[in-house]
Amino acid sequence: MSGLGENLPQTAREIWRRAVPVWAALTLLLGLTCGLAFVPLGSGNVMVALFIAVIKALLVAVFFMHLIRPDPLLRLAGAAALLWLLFMFTLTFSDILTRPRPMQPGTVTPRTFDTPAASGVRAF
Amino acid sequence: MSVSGTAEALHEPWRSLRRQREGTSFGTWVFLGSELMMFGGLVLIYAVNRALHPDAFTAGGRETSLIYGTVNTAVLLTSSLTMAVGSEAARAGLRRLALRTLLATIALGCTFLAVKGFEYNEDIAKGMIPGPGFPLEEPAAQIFWALYWIMTALHALHLTVGIGLVSIFTYQYWKLERLHQSPAFEGTALYWHLVDIIWIFLYPLFYLMGRS
Amino acid sequence: MSGDTARIERAGPEEITPGERDSYLTHETGILSWLLTEDHKRIALLYMFGVTIFFFIGGAAAVVMRLELFTPGSDVVEPDTYNRMFTLHGIVMVWFFLVPLIPNTLGNFLLPLMIGARDVAFPRINLASWYLFMTAGMLLIYAWIAGGVDTGWTFYTPYSTAFANSHVVMAALAVIIAGFSSIATGVNFIATTHMLRAPGMTWFRLPLFVWAIYGTSLVMVLATPVLAASLLLIAAEHALGLPVFDPARGGDPVLFQHIFWFYSHPAVYIMILPSFGVISEIVTCFARRRVFGYNFMVYAILWIAVVGFLVWGHHMFVAGQSLYASLVFSFLSFVIAVPSAIKVFNWSFTLYRGQITFEPPMLYALGFIGLFTIGGLTGLWVAAVPVDVHVTDTYFVVAHFHFIMVGGAVTAFYGGLTFWWPKITGRLYPMGWARFAAVLMFFGFFFTFFPMFIMGYLGMPRRYQVYPEEFHVWHVMASSGAVLLAVAYLLPMGFLGLSILRGARAGDNPWDATGLEWCTSSPPPRENFRTPPVVRERPYLYHPDAIGPGHETREPHRRQGQQS
Repeated sequence: MSGLGENLPQTAREIWRRAVPVWAALTLLLGLTCGLAFVPLGSGNVMVALFIAVIKALLVAVFFMHLIRPDPLLRLAGAAALLWLLFMFTLTFSDILTRPRPMQPGTVTPRTFDTPAASGVRAF
Repeated sequence: MSVSGTAEALHEPWRSLRRQREGTSFGTWVFLGSELMMFGGLVLIYAVNRALHPDAFTAGGRETSLIYGTVNTAVLLTSSLTMAVGSEAARAGLRRLALRTLLATIALGCTFLAVKGFEYNEDIAKGMIPGPGFPLEEPAAQIFWALYWIMTALHALHLTVGIGLVSIFTYQYWKLERLHQSPAFEGTALYWHLVDIIWIFLYPLFYLMGRS
Repeated sequence: MSGDTARIERAGPEEITPGERDSYLTHETGILSWLLTEDHKRIALLYMFGVTIFFFIGGAAAVVMRLELFTPGSDVVEPDTYNRMFTLHGIVMVWFFLVPLIPNTLGNFLLPLMIGARDVAFPRINLASWYLFMTAGMLLIYAWIAGGVDTGWTFYTPYSTAFANSHVVMAALAVIIAGFSSIATGVNFIATTHMLRAPGMTWFRLPLFVWAIYGTSLVMVLATPVLAASLLLIAAEHALGLPVFDPARGGDPVLFQHIFWFYSHPAVYIMILPSFGVISEIVTCFARRRVFGYNFMVYAILWIAVVGFLVWGHHMFVAGQSLYASLVFSFLSFVIAVPSAIKVFNWSFTLYRGQITFEPPMLYALGFIGLFTIGGLTGLWVAAVPVDVHVTDTYFVVAHFHFIMVGGAVTAFYGGLTFWWPKITGRLYPMGWARFAAVLMFFGFFFTFFPMFIMGYLGMPRRYQVYPEEFHVWHVMASSGAVLLAVAYLLPMGFLGLSILRGARAGDNPWDATGLEWCTSSPPPRENFRTPPVVRERPYLYHPDAIGPGHETREPHRRQGQQS
């Protein structure tokens, strides 16, 4: 635990030296993901874009948010949220992907009304 | 690093500044976990609807403004840089560097909001509001755009709160009402980086769909 | 004079020298010292004030419902009003009463005391969370006075987004703000438990109430934000027409149910986990025994906190969810019954060969064990998909969750309140009246809610105001039992309130319990402990290891915060 930051950079030079390379990598990845979006990869586009986003997020989390410092409690807190997101996504998709055809949204379009019944009418 | 200010940065119930700083970092991380869950829930809605209507989402994604989005992403990444440097400088007691970078962070955050304002203007002018008169013919494209409005607005709201916090703490630091050892800078920096991470994910979801 | 020594005798009023015992109640005076306090004990009392008001509001809605249901026809209120009544009852009781009930009153007061800390980790955030809570509550009350909401507390789409003509957005906003209060509390308690434990208070020396509050806080922090997301989408769709769950445009209304229940199922664990902690404290004290299987009690709390997030689909068996997913959720729902059963077994084994006395808190605790077991078992029945297809949206489910939330959580709260009342206020209350109220609550509850199992199985739907004649007798039983239950809820408010004015003063430890909170004065000083405690023992050392509790003496074998 480094609560008072005894072993951390103390001069402006050191602080910039640690931060700027991370920023440079992030900017490069931004250019990469933007460029790759124009390359036709079919369904791979989404995969690649999200993969690069994950790398960028990890860079921010590890270096800017100091997860590189050996503090097990903070790493645990970060990991816990990710695990819970996994729970939410996995089980919801286990429903969405296994529904029989008649129960899938969009397969049976209900009668539409000319004007929606109440949406937008009452805000408060 | 002066120790004389320690007594004022410290407050009940903590018995040492080190412990208070650790506690604030930990508490902020726990809070960030909850923020992640909230945006994660919204991303789940996006993911499910995308899985059900991939073509409509691709069509909807083409209409977002890539230039504004990319510029904003670059702005926010840079603001993360200045925020990281600012909070580290505050911790090290480097007053001028801290004040300058924190001010730069505020400026970049406001730039993001300004660019967003122009972008929203353009989107409204194009008629990208779900409802009668929506330009795209796939019905689920309206869901894409509904999520676009809701999630980017929520992100902008979080960013505004972040700008407010940084402004308050920078002002207090400038006026010497808040000492550089205060855990507030680290906590705010963590929050700011999370806002950046959320945008890192919103960018491909809303701006990079259907470009190829 | 040290407030830390444990004295068994009760201090009479004449023995207290004014000014010598400065407590958190007398430390500062004036309304602002309460509204701007950073003292977790005062904030606990502020919350107590708030939840009591909401209890009455939610209770009033229940009174209207039970009056209406006394007869099969629609004679007390219009159908639309009845819808608004059960919605009000649900929203207020879930978010403004049960979720904050034990964590924000007893938890706020006791958590720092039990771990030997001077306050919670972030005292100003603690106060802010109370203001968020009260703001949310006032917004909800305004929404009601303006006409109310009729969607049910579950806000199901597409009714709430496309068809409801009531104040959905305002109610949703109120709940979102209450959720922020909940998250702030959770963050505070997690940080407090990790970082402010007294020297020697290791994780496996924590009282089970602390573990329970910690588990609850984990759930609050991880689940509540998803509720905020779901209600935000509802509000956006209702107010701005932004289609997210609109089936006409390809949206999936069941998706709302997924993210709604992703929060709302863990929410029921937020409501019951703290009760488990309270019961563990009471049962050990009044059976004069160490808790049986402390480690497994801890694992059970964590198991419930984690697996509680994996079972939400059991609310959606008939909503259009795929059968495959329903089976997965059903299986996981069976799995989560196991840790609750472990806890009930362990409380029972704690009682076995104990030196049991029937003080009021113990009566509430015994009532809890019985009612929670029934509620929990019926939960297993509804977790089975075929049974649920028959009883879903009937009074069977209503009875099931009321047995747990009311027979469980509210009973445990009253038990905890009567147990820690001397510590909080420094006053004792009349034991006879308290015992009577506890027994009355058990029987009143049973008469109110057990008939609901029967009529639900026979087909009485929930949220219906008009019903066929065949269910009349059950409804009459339920409404009559509700009268007894109401009396049982009001009685303690009476004698506890009177005790503040006229009760005998309590000593530091009137129950001879072993926790750290009993090592300081009643009521505690502002800084909780005059000398910071050091912990050398496990909790609940009521008797030596190989020997059971003796009947010669009630003195605990060793207290946690002292040398023997």
